[in-house]
Formats: sequence, C-alpha cells, structure tokens
Amino acid sequence: MNYASSMQTTGLKALPPWRSRLLFVLLLLGLCALMARAVYLQGIHNDFLQQKGDARYGRVVDINAHRGMITDRYGEPLAISTPVESIWVSPQDVEATPKQVKQLAQIVGMNIEEVKNRLSDTSRDFVYLKRQLPPEQAEKIVRLGVPGVSLRREYRRYYPDADVTAHLLGFTDVDDNGQEGIELVLQEQLGGKAGSQRVIKDRRGYIVEDVASIRAPKPGNDLALSLDSKMQYLAYREIKLAVEQHNAKAGSIVVLDAKSGEVLALANWPSYNPNNRDKPGLKVLRNHAVTDLFEPGSTMKPFTVAAALEAGKVRPETVINTEGGIFTVGRRKIHDTHPETALTVAQVIQKSSNVGAAKIALSLPPETFWRSLSETGFGAQTGSAFPGEAAGRLRDYKKWQPIEQATMSYGNGISVNLLQLARAYTVFANDGDLKPVTLLKQDVPVAGKKIYSQATAQAVRDMLELVVKPGGTAPLAQINGYRVAGKTGTAHKLENGHYVNRYIASFVGLAPASNPRLIVAVMINEPSGEQYYGGQVAAPVFSNVMGSALRLLNVPNDAPLGNVMMPPTDIVKEEA
Amino acid sequence: MIKQSLWPRLRKRFILHLDPVLLAALGLLILTGLVVLYSATDGNWSRVLAQVVNILVAFACLWLVANIPLHYLMRTALPMYVFGMLLLIGVALFGEVSHGARRWLNLGVATIQPSELMKIAVPLMMAWYFEKHEATLTLKNYFVAALLLLLPVALIARQPDLGTAVLISASGFYVLFLAGLSWRVMGVLLAAALGSAPVLWSMLHDYQRHRIMMLLDPTQDALGKGYHTIQGMIAVGSGGVLGKGYLSGTQTHLDFLPERTTDFIFAVYSEEFGLLGNLILLGMYLFIIGRGFIITANASTYFTRLMAGSITLTFFTYAFVNMGMVSGILPVVGVPLPLVSYGGTSMVTLLLGFGMLMSIHTHKKLVQT
Repeated sequence: MNYASSMQTTGLKALPPWRSRLLFVLLLLGLCALMARAVYLQGIHNDFLQQKGDARYGRVVDINAHRGMITDRYGEPLAISTPVESIWVSPQDVEATPKQVKQLAQIVGMNIEEVKNRLSDTSRDFVYLKRQLPPEQAEKIVRLGVPGVSLRREYRRYYPDADVTAHLLGFTDVDDNGQEGIELVLQEQLGGKAGSQRVIKDRRGYIVEDVASIRAPKPGNDLALSLDSKMQYLAYREIKLAVEQHNAKAGSIVVLDAKSGEVLALANWPSYNPNNRDKPGLKVLRNHAVTDLFEPGSTMKPFTVAAALEAGKVRPETVINTEGGIFTVGRRKIHDTHPETALTVAQVIQKSSNVGAAKIALSLPPETFWRSLSETGFGAQTGSAFPGEAAGRLRDYKKWQPIEQATMSYGNGISVNLLQLARAYTVFANDGDLKPVTLLKQDVPVAGKKIYSQATAQAVRDMLELVVKPGGTAPLAQINGYRVAGKTGTAHKLENGHYVNRYIASFVGLAPASNPRLIVAVMINEPSGEQYYGGQVAAPVFSNVMGSALRLLNVPNDAPLGNVMMPPTDIVKEEA
Repeated sequence: MIKQSLWPRLRKRFILHLDPVLLAALGLLILTGLVVLYSATDGNWSRVLAQVVNILVAFACLWLVANIPLHYLMRTALPMYVFGMLLLIGVALFGEVSHGARRWLNLGVATIQPSELMKIAVPLMMAWYFEKHEATLTLKNYFVAALLLLLPVALIARQPDLGTAVLISASGFYVLFLAGLSWRVMGVLLAAALGSAPVLWSMLHDYQRHRIMMLLDPTQDALGKGYHTIQGMIAVGSGGVLGKGYLSGTQTHLDFLPERTTDFIFAVYSEEFGLLGNLILLGMYLFIIGRGFIITANASTYFTRLMAGSITLTFFTYAFVNMGMVSGILPVVGVPLPLVSYGGTSMVTLLLGFGMLMSIHTHKKLVQT
C-alpha cells in the first residue's frame, strides 16, 4: 500500500524498474538452473545415464544349449532333448481382450482364471505362462499376437525306454539340468553351455534387432553308455515279473560284462516313467541296486573260501567237520538248514553250509580275511560315481569279535550294494583279476587288479558250477547249452538290529563257466509268497536273463543242449 | 496510383501489425518442434500434418489478435473472464472425466478445455482491473485482483489440473508483482503459504503427492510413479554432449519414453541433439523472452506493460517448468513444452499471447501518432 501510493507520485505508467530487474535476475537464475542441469545430466552424469539407457533396450538373452544325447553301447538313443517352446509373459505389457485370454487358456490347456492371474501379476516382469509346449501349439499362440506374450526356446528331455532305464538314467528338471542318475553324474558333459545374445528390445520385450551373438550356445556332448538296451529291457522285464510273481517289495538286477566290468544292464522294480513331470516318492526314485545296502548272505561264501585257498589254509577237497549242523562260537550258535557231519570245501559252497564257511573263515587270521575282502571291493564305493552310491559296511578287523569273523564268512554282519557284489564276482570270471565297473562304454580292454591266483579263481569257479547242479542250492539257475557258475543267497533282513523272518533272496552267477562273458546279480527284497530262497526266487531270474543275454551276444555254447538236469526232489535249501 | 498503393495497402492489411523479429523466432522454434515431433511419432506424417494444421489455426489467431487495437482488447477482458468462469463452473458441474480428471466440457460441436482459455483471460482481466483503478490503487485493489486470480485457479486445481493451475497462478502473480504489490503483503502471503503448506499437502490428490515425493527420490518406485521422471532423465542423459543423432534416440524409438510427443518431447530432443542442442533450444527461448521484455519495456500504457510482462514471464515459466520436470528438478505436473509439444489448444493459447504482444508493440505507434 505504501508502495502503491508512492507509485502515484513517481509516475503513473512506469513499472517499478528494480522489480522487473529482480524478475529478470530470477529468470536468469532459472535458465542457469536448467543449463546446469543439462550439463550435469549430459556432460557429467551421462555415462551412468547412458548405461542405464542401454540397459533399457540392450539386453543379453540366454540361448539354451542343446543337451547331449545319451545312447546305449550300440548308439540306440536312451535320452534325447527335443526343442520345445515356453510361453512367458511380461504382465505390464499384456494387452489382451477377454476373447484372447480365453483362446490362450484353451491353447495352453489351463483354466481361464489361472491364465488371468498370471497375466495380471504386474509386480513381476517375467512370468512363465506355460512351459514346454509342442511347436504347433506355440505357433498358435504366436498367431494370436497378444502384446507382452513371448516365446522362449527350451529343450525337453525324452526317454524312449521310459521306466526301463529310469533308475539308471535319472532325469532332468524343467531347465534340463540333471537331477538324478547318469543325467546328474555327467551333467558337465551332457549339459553344454548356454549361449547368450545381445539384442535390442523395445519396452514390450519384442526383439527389434539382433545386435550380435556374444557367445554361441555350446551343445552338450553325446554320451555312449556301456548299456545294452536289449539286455536292459530283458533284465527289467524279468525282475519286474519276479517281484510280482513272488509278491516282493522290490527287486534289482545288474548285468556286467565279465571281461571289462561294463554295466550292460541295471534295473529295479518298482520303477517309474521319467517322461512324466510328476515324480513318485523317494522309495521308487531310488536306484536300489546302487544306493541300497543289504546283507549279502551266502553269496559271500565264495570270497571266504577264496581267501582260505589263497592263504593255503584249505584245498577244495579238504574235509571240514560241520558238527552236525550246529557250531557254537562264544555264546552264539551257527546253524545249517541241512545238517551234515562233514563236507568238503567244495561241498560247503555247493550246499551252502554256514558252519563250514564259518570254520574256514576262523582258520584265517582276521587281517588276512579282512584284506582279502577289502581288496575285492567290499566296504568301499565301486567307482561307478553313481549319485548316492552306498559304500557298504566292512568293519575294521582290529575290532572284530570271533563271532563276527564267523558270520561274515556267510554274509552276515557285512553289507553290500548289488553292483558292488556283482563287481566282486569279476575276480572269479577273470582268473583272479578284479575289474573296475563303469557305466560308460569302454573301447579299450580294461586293466584289472590281481586279487587271487589263477588257480584259486579257477577252483572257486568249479565249486560255483556245483551249486547249479542237482545237489546244489540252485538247479533252477541252469541254462540250456551253457555251463553256469553261481551262488545263491537267502539272508534274514535286519530290522532295528535284530534278524527277522523276512528275507532277501539273491543269486550271483557267471556264464559260460568255461570262459565267462557275463555276470548277472539278482536281488529280490522280501519275497512274501511260499518261496523265499535265493535258489527258488532269484535263480530263475538269473537263468532267464543270462540265457537270453548269451544268445543275444551269440556266445558259443560250452555245453551240449539239453544239459539242464533237475534234481528228483526239491532243491537243496540254504539259509544265511 | 492504384497499382502503386497495392503493396502498402496489402502490407498495412496483413503484416503491419506483426513483429517480424518475434515472428521469425517463433517460426524457427515451431519448425524445430515439427522436426522433433516427426522423430517422436516414429515418422508418423499424419500426426505431423495434424500439428501443422494446429499451427496454421494458431497463427491465424495470432494474426487476428495482433490486428486488434488495444482498447478493443481491453474491452474483451471482462466478458472473456466471465465467459471463462462460467465454462469452468460448467466443467465442475457437467464436465467429462478422462484419465481421472474432469477437465473437458462437451459443447456438442466440440469438446473444449476451458482452463486453457483462462491462461489468457486471467492476466488480461487482472491487467484491465489494475488499469481501471490505476489512479487510486489501494490494498483493497490488490486483494480484489488476487481474488480474480484465486477463483479460477481453485476451480482448475480441483479438476485436477495442477500444471495449468500453476501456470495461471504464475501469470496472475506476475501481474500482481509488476503492478507493485507491497513487499509486506508478499511477505505475509509467503508466510501464509508456508504455513498452509501442510494443509495444501493434505488437499492434494494422491497422484500429485506421489509426483512430488518421486521428485525427491524417483528410484523408490522406478517402474511405477517414478517411471516418467527416471525415463526422462535417462533419455536426456543418454544424449550426452552431441546427442545420438536425429531419429536415433533409442529411448524414444523403442517406446521406453512415455508421453514423448507431448509433455516429454524435450527428452526426445535432448536425447537426439544432446547438450549442444539444448543450449541452442534454450537460446531460442531466451531470444523470444528477450524480445518480449523489449516489447514490455516499450509498452505505452500501464495495462499493456502489465499484460506484456505477464505474457513474457508466463512463457518463460511454461518452458522452465517443462524442462525442469523432464530433467528431474521439478515435479511432473503435466505442462507441455511451449510451441514444441504436440497439441492444438496450448499452441493456440500461446500464439494468442504472442499476438497480443505484437498488438501491443505495433499499435503503440498508431496510438501515439
């Protein structure tokens, strides 16, 4: 008001000059502020902002690598990766009409609500709508042309043999990374390296321009397993049949090349279909032949005898006093199912005498017995590198009680996995050489480790041939046209530290006995029918698989056809 | 005789009342705007042509207003203001809601945004009022003038249209300031404004509050509320000193920059032409503002000086607020870059203002002779 009145006196039309000057100064300050800001953003801070800007449109996209194929030893595919398309959305950019949402839901086979939920999750900028669609369906989605919905190339693993090779091969997860079995062990070789590519994308994620491939994806290597898929199928079919026939809990079977230690077949029942995304529980997933331990029972006896032969404590024809079937060690009694007063060492094997085996074992110093077992691979992993392989139990001999040494002779108080047991039998097939087991195909002969002398190995093999003869425990293991050497096992199961009246029936054998080519180990867990002896339950599986496998390999006969001789009465039973 | 007098007559008829210096500067800036628009629309000729039509209409308005003698112009002040107020009330009662704001009025023939009209009508009305009471200015007059300003501003802020409200407040304030509002009153007003800030804060719409918060830290919601600011800064910054080159701005052409033909067109320009281009652009604005000040200084009447000063300063405010918000020193309030952003209404309003400047400049002489 002051000013207003003074203005009247100084001149009516003049704007107060220092007011306009003040405004002018403020204006210049404003301009300076803009200028300073521009210099800051574009001259000083611009590296950061340019980088941020580049990050907006220049993106590095992964290119999935093709996973290597797994084949059997003859090149038959066992696991292959096929290209599929996954549908992903960037919810912020999705513009879909209700009709399009409905069509989307139809094509991917989801309900509309679920699709709507995924499309509207704007808190994320990458949501899978549906993974691994066949190319035809993906093509349909592309044709819908909904903004914000894109494809991504992935690979889906397919196992042509499904449940037959399930436990051995394992499976991959949705990202095609190995989760179990061979797929897991050999992930490095199979997996390959994902490549990456720099592209220019617009705000909606559409690739506008491929700038450059920074790194091409490196496909995984194809791998040839030692497996023979025909033999694998055979083994799987027979073990499944036997488990069902004897109403057993489970069963496993291993077929080894006796000369090279290669695993030609390895199967378990129950099995599952690895092509299904929904996997069964751990019980079914486990590769029992490798990851589970059991007390081998009488299938251990040949190693006891071999150790004693090697140490010169006995000869095959040495007579052992079997004490009428009952032998007391300390406070415990050892029984035979078929009591005898005396048996030769060979008969101890043939009739599977626990008392005989115990006496032979006790004739050895603990360290000698332990060393012999340990060198044969007991108590240690086989080197198959299979995930979750159990080493088995072989206690330090310094802590042994005499009773332990006695029971171990017939396979109690020691635990093995089936692959380990099968491998141990390579010593009898290779004149005393232990071969390493492998799941990969071997092109050059594999060196073994000398465990026994050739004479010892030969002697035990001869005794094992008696087992399948009438008067032995496993005539059912005989094969038409081939000589068979093998050993039965029927072990009480251990539950909470006590032996119960449930059994593990097993049979491990080699053929042709004159020049062994294959080793087959069979294990049936808790056969709950009337029959539970290894000679009744496991031996026939052995016979079927071994016979077919030998014919498959065109192995020349080493026995006249019609050589199979069945005993007039029931087969000799053993229990241990 | 007739032949000889044709050119001067044509000259008198068509270009006598145009200020060639200002016209050239405006033309250059508008042309720049078209060039940038072509890039911002990804080479969409129909959008560019639509803007050309807007520009032609706006120039016609400029020419028309430039030819109106000042006393006629003064007479339009009151009716225009009243008409504008009626329209604003109409918007408040019957307006159409679009994007959550009630700004538009459907007149059957066309849909108009009355707040744009008030950008001219309010300072015109205030300048007219001060001219009328020039001889006997008292505090009461300033109070009335302030009321003339606050009523439309309140209606516009309620729509809500914060950008226009800010611009009209500024234009009115410039009139008050230039008319010699007492420092004491301004001191009291400033104190009152600071005192009422918390109240105003609570009256703001949520999105307006967000924008102010985002200014303080745009990264706290980079994909949501802060997206505009961050993208603007990134686009400006990635231009660097020399820019990425015409039609080569990646943020623009890959769709990352929002509102790139309207409020954020400055970011498009900055990214493609860099710091150097910005200095040139600021130079163009400065030149136009400088010319406006010369016209203001030479204006012959109280009314025209108030009006010319207000128009020039408002134009500056316009440009300052837009560039400030795009480069992240002011909140995003929805003010286009004057004469460059796409849009007919603001182009017409701005050129109307410059038409008045030209009228003030050219009619002065006629009045004096």
